[in-house]
Amino acid sequence: MSRRDDRAQLTPSVGSRDHASGPKDAPLTLVEYGDFQCPHCGKAYPIVKDVQRALGSELRFVFRNFPLTKIHPEAEHAAEAAEAAGAQGAFWQMHDRLFERQFALDDDHLLEYATELGLDADRIRGDLEAGTYAARVREDFISGVKSGVNGTPTFFINGVRYDGSWDRDSLLAALQTLVP
Amino acid sequence: MTRTPKRAPDFQLPSAPDKQLSLAALRGRPVILAFYPADWSPVCGDQLALYNEVLPEFEKYGAQLVGISVDGPWCHAAYRDSRKLRFPLLADFEPKGEVARRYGVYDRQSGTTQRALFVLDKDGDIRWHYVSDPRVNPGADGILAALEQLNPKGAAHEPA
Repeated sequence: MSRRDDRAQLTPSVGSRDHASGPKDAPLTLVEYGDFQCPHCGKAYPIVKDVQRALGSELRFVFRNFPLTKIHPEAEHAAEAAEAAGAQGAFWQMHDRLFERQFALDDDHLLEYATELGLDADRIRGDLEAGTYAARVREDFISGVKSGVNGTPTFFINGVRYDGSWDRDSLLAALQTLVP
Repeated sequence: MTRTPKRAPDFQLPSAPDKQLSLAALRGRPVILAFYPADWSPVCGDQLALYNEVLPEFEKYGAQLVGISVDGPWCHAAYRDSRKLRFPLLADFEPKGEVARRYGVYDRQSGTTQRALFVLDKDGDIRWHYVSDPRVNPGADGILAALEQLNPKGAAHEPA
């Protein structure tokens, strides 16, 4: 046990608790551990969208929370708000909105986005106050730590940590080499 | 690194401008030594920010984390404050890098410590270590796996 694996493995693997976009039987699964207040994740957001468009039904994309709350004080509530929106069937809408409005992630804005998306904002307010999804966000975080996430964003392609560059062309090429 | 537990060299270093911390004082609980090249450099920032978040997991195993670099205690104080770090940073400042040398993780060329992790058991024996590429954040999975191995019932750890 003197060295850890150079290619860290995703644990647990993608399952029913995950938020996934794309077909379940897609040959490619891209998992992102991200933080809604992290500028690098904000930069990765349109790139992932682009890659999703380019690969269509070949790709399933999964997002797991990895908020670094001591340096990004709004990241925790943003993550919980996305989960709360998820409970109302709108995880991805909220995920997208948060990255598109990364400059305004205080509680008032989170609730404003919920209203704009046609969600029950009062319920989300209650969820944030009660920390309803705090344990779930922490579970994501711990799974990331154990999987070898060392910063945000960290990507896993078909369960193996992707350590390459995540500019559009590199990420797309890394995924495409795995398509049968 | 050998599989056989090896005694961790003892040391005493400033943990603040007016405070010292000795390794012997931490005996009785697992200790994580995180040597890193420098305060303020971007990769270290991410690494220590990550450990700051993972701290409650380390604490479940009763483990104490300390960061060590050759930066002076005033620099550490400013850095800790700026990044809201909740674990001590030790100054391997005078003689420069002496403790890192004793652990075999001093990089003469850059004049800094290497990016290296050690997990010590409660008796002060080194049970795991890992030297990372200085540009790469080694993450925390190796540390957690080592702590888990020291105490498989880690989550149920009760401080004595």
